[in-house]
Amino acid sequence: MPLADLANPHRFQKLARVLIPAFAVLAAILIAAGLVLGFRAPADYQQGEMVRVMYIHVPSAWLSLGAYTVMAIAALGTLVWRHPLADVAGKAAAQIGAAFCFLCLVTGSLWGRPTWGAYWDWDPRLTSVLVLFLLYLGVLALLRAIEDPNRAGRAAAILALVGFVNVPIVKFSVDWWASIHQQASVMRLDGPTIHSSMLTPLLISAAGFLALFLALHLAAMRNELLRRRVRTLRILAAVSAEGR
Amino acid sequence: MDLGQHAAFIIAAYAITLLVLVGLILWVLVDYRAQRRMLDELESHSPRRH
Repeated sequence: MPLADLANPHRFQKLARVLIPAFAVLAAILIAAGLVLGFRAPADYQQGEMVRVMYIHVPSAWLSLGAYTVMAIAALGTLVWRHPLADVAGKAAAQIGAAFCFLCLVTGSLWGRPTWGAYWDWDPRLTSVLVLFLLYLGVLALLRAIEDPNRAGRAAAILALVGFVNVPIVKFSVDWWASIHQQASVMRLDGPTIHSSMLTPLLISAAGFLALFLALHLAAMRNELLRRRVRTLRILAAVSAEGR
Repeated sequence: MDLGQHAAFIIAAYAITLLVLVGLILWVLVDYRAQRRMLDELESHSPRRH
């Protein structure tokens, strides 16, 4: 099937009907396996048992950045090609990405208190993730503030694209500035620095979170398509009632 | 399993994650049912297309 065909809303609906349950089942299996292996893995030699938070914090952080990247690509689709499915994809990614970004901030804060002695610090990594969360909220606020979904989608797409500059800042903040947050230990040019007993459950858990994101994203896109169809039918019904 | 002296922080992190993820799942399910119901209602009142 050509890739362009998948962008057809009708074909998308058919594909989503198959993919949503498949990704949901995969997510349940992988997250359960990742957490079981994660709790069986040895405690960290410095952080002790607190390292268990890594198996939910790190996947949430990766998905915060991943969902924003999806939103920025969708924004390009909205602004350049004006494709309605791109607009729908962007809106769905914003809602779910905001939830994962919230989880990243909260679990990080709970990890930080025993490790750094504080729930919060105006550190480059923490601050740039907070900015990412505020960008998500800004995009969602714009989508809700403008009644016409096409105009709202274009306004939100501009903000999403401008805000994308923050994504590399989040990623490299720990390298560019002095930070209390540890440096990257998985996605490094010289390979991961975590022991395999912790790396394996982390990657399995991250794969599960990704599958969950895909299931939720497809489901939210499907809902948004239905919502737009409802809106169109209501407008048509109102117009035909006026014509009588 | 002994989670040590900081067990409360670990449990809180997992509990909040569970709450948010279950919330997300419920949100898409409830929203789907609501949109489907409204669409079915509107389509039953609108003239059929041939």
